[in-house]
Amino acid sequence: MSAHTTESRHAPAGRYVGASVPRREDPRLLTGRGRFVDDIRIPGLLHAQFVRSRVASGVVTSIDLSAVLDVPGVVAAYTAADLDVIGITAVLDRPRTQFVPTEMPILARDRVRFAGEPLAIVIAEDPYAAEDGVEAAAVTYQVHTPVTSAEQALEPGAPLVHDEAADNVLLDVSMFATEGIDEVFAEAPCVVRVRTRTGRQNAVPLETRGAVADWDDRDAQLVVRTCTQVPHQVRTVMARSLRLDERAVRVITPDMGGGFGQKCVVGREEIAVAAAALRLRRPVKWIEDRKDALTASFLAREQRYDARAAFDRDGRILALDADIVCDMGAYSCYPFTAAVEPLMASAEMPGVYRVPAYRVRGRAVTTNKAPSAPYRGVSRPQYVMVMERLFERAARELKVDAVELRRRNLITEFPYSGVNNITYDAGSYLDSLNLCEQVLKDEGWYDLKAAAAAGGRHVGIGYSCFNERTGYGSGAFAQRKMSVVPGFDMTEARMDTTGSVTITTGTLSHGQSHETTLAQIAADELKLDISKIKIVQGDTDRVIYGWGTFASRSVVVGGSAVRLAAVKLAEKLRMLAAGLLDTTPDDVELDDGRVRRRDDPGRGLGYAELADIAYLKAHLVPKDLEPGLSVTATFDVFTDGTFGNATHGAVVELHKGTGRVEILRYVCVEDCGVAINPMVVEGQCRGGIAQGIAGALFEQVTYDEQGEPSATGFLDYKVPTASEIPDVAIHHLETPSALTESGAKGVGEGGTIGAPAAVLNAVNDALAPTGVELNDTPITPETVQRALEQAS
Amino acid sequence: MTDRQLITLRVNGEPYELVIEPRRTLADTLRQDLGLTGTHLGCEHGICGACTVLVDGAPARACLMFAVQAEDRDIRTVESLADGDELSDLQRAFSAHHALQCGFCTPGFLMLAEGFLAERPEATREEIRELVSSNLCRCTGYQPIVDAVEDCARRRQASRREHDRAACGEAERSGHAAGA
Amino acid sequence: MKPAAFTYHRARDVAGAIRLLAELGDEAKIIAGGQSLVAMMNYRLARPAHLVDIGRIGGLDHLRGDGSTLRIGALTTHHAVEVATDAWLGRGFTLLRDAMAWVGHLPIRTRGTVGGSLAHADATAEWCLLAVLLDAEIVASGPRGTRTIAAGDFFHGFYTTALAADEMITEVVFPRPAPHSALLEFAERRGDFAIVSAAVDLDVDEHRAGRAVRGGRVALGGVAPVPVRVPEAEAVLAEGGQAGPDLFRRCAAAAAAAIDPPGDGNGSADYRRALTQTLIEDACAKAVSR
Ligand SMILES: Cc1cc2nc3c(=O)[nH]c(=O)nc-3n(C[C@H](O)[C@H](O)[C@H](O)COP(=O)(O)OP(=O)(O)OC[C@H]3O[C@@H](n4cnc5c(N)ncnc54)[C@H](O)[C@@H]3O)c2cc1C
Ligand code: FES
Ligand code: FES
Repeated sequence: MSAHTTESRHAPAGRYVGASVPRREDPRLLTGRGRFVDDIRIPGLLHAQFVRSRVASGVVTSIDLSAVLDVPGVVAAYTAADLDVIGITAVLDRPRTQFVPTEMPILARDRVRFAGEPLAIVIAEDPYAAEDGVEAAAVTYQVHTPVTSAEQALEPGAPLVHDEAADNVLLDVSMFATEGIDEVFAEAPCVVRVRTRTGRQNAVPLETRGAVADWDDRDAQLVVRTCTQVPHQVRTVMARSLRLDERAVRVITPDMGGGFGQKCVVGREEIAVAAAALRLRRPVKWIEDRKDALTASFLAREQRYDARAAFDRDGRILALDADIVCDMGAYSCYPFTAAVEPLMASAEMPGVYRVPAYRVRGRAVTTNKAPSAPYRGVSRPQYVMVMERLFERAARELKVDAVELRRRNLITEFPYSGVNNITYDAGSYLDSLNLCEQVLKDEGWYDLKAAAAAGGRHVGIGYSCFNERTGYGSGAFAQRKMSVVPGFDMTEARMDTTGSVTITTGTLSHGQSHETTLAQIAADELKLDISKIKIVQGDTDRVIYGWGTFASRSVVVGGSAVRLAAVKLAEKLRMLAAGLLDTTPDDVELDDGRVRRRDDPGRGLGYAELADIAYLKAHLVPKDLEPGLSVTATFDVFTDGTFGNATHGAVVELHKGTGRVEILRYVCVEDCGVAINPMVVEGQCRGGIAQGIAGALFEQVTYDEQGEPSATGFLDYKVPTASEIPDVAIHHLETPSALTESGAKGVGEGGTIGAPAAVLNAVNDALAPTGVELNDTPITPETVQRALEQAS
Repeated sequence: MTDRQLITLRVNGEPYELVIEPRRTLADTLRQDLGLTGTHLGCEHGICGACTVLVDGAPARACLMFAVQAEDRDIRTVESLADGDELSDLQRAFSAHHALQCGFCTPGFLMLAEGFLAERPEATREEIRELVSSNLCRCTGYQPIVDAVEDCARRRQASRREHDRAACGEAERSGHAAGA
Repeated sequence: MKPAAFTYHRARDVAGAIRLLAELGDEAKIIAGGQSLVAMMNYRLARPAHLVDIGRIGGLDHLRGDGSTLRIGALTTHHAVEVATDAWLGRGFTLLRDAMAWVGHLPIRTRGTVGGSLAHADATAEWCLLAVLLDAEIVASGPRGTRTIAAGDFFHGFYTTALAADEMITEVVFPRPAPHSALLEFAERRGDFAIVSAAVDLDVDEHRAGRAVRGGRVALGGVAPVPVRVPEAEAVLAEGGQAGPDLFRRCAAAAAAAIDPPGDGNGSADYRRALTQTLIEDACAKAVSR
């Protein structure tokens, strides 16, 4: 088996890609010298907190802030009427019959749509006084009956969350409907059906959201430091909302304690903070507390599936039909909209299988709950769960081994053009399944399972096979009919007179190690020691433009832009050197920090020497070249991107007396093409799997009839600890991507995508003798205990 | 704002005098009043452990303690671990095992492990796992953190044995010398 | 999540603490380890106007076993018990040491105190369960003097006890060893407060071959507002019998049938009954094997 920890190796200049280069972000983070948004201190800094709605649905009949202003330490307090800013409206390029745009006001004006919605902002000398102020606010409501479930939302005559969305439906799209699919189902010898619900989750970055806003008179610019995955998008929305030119807003992202999607949308609080800073002409900081992070930030993942699959007698899948309803809560998120979950599921559901006929209906439903944002994996954890359950069901019906059934249906010829209009590039779907099964067999888990069953214990083995589209470019997002179309990335590479290089990226690392991996890519192209390269991210004034980090796009899109820029800079160095060395650019080459003549390697110029000429002795620069050493490059994807893939295998034991699900073994066989930094890849897998297990077994926010959320802290929102998350054995396969020069595919979400299905299948395998089947997550010990008790 | 109080604190060996409201938690005092922002806040109700510091050598939640309670106690934070730019063995182990991604939880885990290993240098992997379950990390899946703490413990054990052997040899040699 | 303002008072000794409590009245609260109180204050679920810090009072952090009785000071931390040597604890009290592993996590145990746990009276707190199981006596001092309250009379309901607002716990006394005892619990996550916790103390006839049970005590947390003894289960033990699965199963079944547990987001009443069955069986087996 492959080693679990990857030893850090030092790679010589020119060969960083593929090596587990030690992370360059580590020293500051290990010594407490990282700079997170709450670490920022500015003289005169004020602190904000929000007065939030106590009711899930209703009309605010009065807000009285006079007592707030009397609280010692309180400086100001504003309602929506005081701030007069423009709300956030996320739209799609779709007709109203398919999509209904709705506005999320920065502060609620009269209608409140979920418990926790911000109504007013209180600004004080310190965070303690700000909370004192919040307590002093007097708000009265006319309370309405809240809509607390998708079922209720869809009932005829249900109360409306947004008046403009009749039926509470924000999106209703049938992306695919193969002609004749009903006949296929009617005639198929085997049709199986799975109905699933998945719990509403919170991505729970350990650092909550936050912002510091400050008006700079000299630059005539509002400087907003905020932990966002998408600084340029925050700038666009903020400028619009505050009626400023975009140049008058500068968004800076400091170190960031995780995001996982929750921070890839534009929140309302940071805009309120900016508006307050603008009014007060003083710096204002807001740090979301955990209670608000759990109840009033962005949630995700609450979905229902009703899916059928038809199979022929040989176990080949003939058709897939799915009805998907996503409970997106009270508002559409910018820029993705409330459609993000149903559209992702609809577009990608067939996954790694050869599905000849496909019909899907995806709906986004609005309810009186905190709104949804993309969360690591977006819908893929759910539809993979459904697909994998469909295969398990069919295997039972057809009396075939479930792994064998998958084998018969996995895509094996690439490129493969799917029924969902996606062309999949090469992957190792079959090999990864075979290897995963082999590993579990070789390790003796099948034997253990048999022995356990004989002894009355409940051990089960489960798999999940999936792929992960990475490198979503403008093409893919345009296909989803987004009206704000993310996709490309821009990089600037600049060498200074000492020969060191600054590279900007529009992506935004918040744990993904880009300061290391992007530098590895550039160092190889520039044949330069990595210590001479600095990656700059997260500053709208320093980074030309970019779409941030989400959807496993950074290494594929951002990394490619970095590579292109490095290539251009290398070219420029070669041209400059060629002129100075009396030869042609083709006859010089880069080597370990210098450019030398191929025919006479002894003759060359160090980068610092070249840079010295480029900037300080411009008169020596060959005539057809511009002085300076800076280049820009952009990268975009207009194809369907590149697909990473993996198989996960889980072995679980169910404990009869308590219903506890114990994960005895977890094996991940992943293929992300060429791993830029294997250590980082493994880290992404392990962390992702932990989040997937969390969704499968532990985490969920429920709402009572009044629309009160069940979790206001980590006592109730059960983020698993080291005792619940097992060690994960990772095996690597490598099918290089043809899309990227490095051969890399993204890997940010895979772990999270595969884990729920593998765990759910393993639990059901262990439950098989009882005849009980569980399809909803999180699977609680109580449901398992009941299932086991019923059977005995 | 209410009455303030003069307190003295000893943090990382340095004495401080502060005039603060008694309601200020130790975490806020370290971060906001002393500028020691390495101690993080992730929940303010004792569960995530991002705020873990050492109080008289023992790991404790700085969000569940008022600064006034910390008077005359010896407080150590993550800022005390490295020697200038030289990372401590524990910090090096975290980096080598990729036990941090976003790094937000890291100071808490470091202080947790530092306090624990001082008391239980011979801890088993299972005990270390249980310890690591004291704090939350959303990025790593914990396994690398368990690996890092275990690795650091083993290295310390080895160097202690080395040291003991050397001391033993020393003692023997000096014993011989005395006998001669 | 920042606490409301309060005035801080540091007590030098027990008399001083009591005087402060009496003077300040209902608006005052003791703070010991703060591991329950500060979290509640951060949520502003508790907002005392005055805090009386008893953390510096000397002589209240003892752990003294004399072979038959174990006396634990109110300020003794969970962690101090966790690492106590056999000599300190005395024979028959290892149960207390082992139970500490269930109390939160190390950084909670280094600060949280025995007295604070008892006074806080969480329905599934380990100290409350142990006190009820082992007939502990809680020693409290107040303006009217010092009194000893039997654990059975101490817990009144959710977070409420027999203590008056101006009284403080100084010590808890465990009057007799419990060599064959065990505490087990179940929570979804390591370190969480239990959904159900069970503790048993068996009276084992060491001299009879095959080990017979002559009687015993059974206590449960998480099935009522306070930790409870279960006479119905104890009756099964009192009938006596061979120490083994059959007896333990019957004992557990009697307990599961006798209780009327609440149902909430952490578990339905039926689930709590099922856990009760499992935990008592397992705890009996563990206790007898000691
Ligand atoms: C994350 C987390 C997990 C936890 N898990 C558990 C667990 O699994 N099991 C468990 O039992 N506990 C658990 N606790 C609580 C912990 O054990 C506390 O230490 C304990 O409940 C209270 O002790 P304290 O000294 O911290 O009391 P404090 O928080 O200081 O006080 C608690 C209450 O008791 C009163 N009080 C304190 N001392 C006295 C005294 N001597 N006389 C009279 N009144 C007094 C206070 O006024 C207050 O009302 C957990 C806490 C946290 C934060
Ligand atoms: S901030 Fe202290 S434990 Fe989370
Ligand atoms: S490294 Fe991000 S929370 Fe632990």
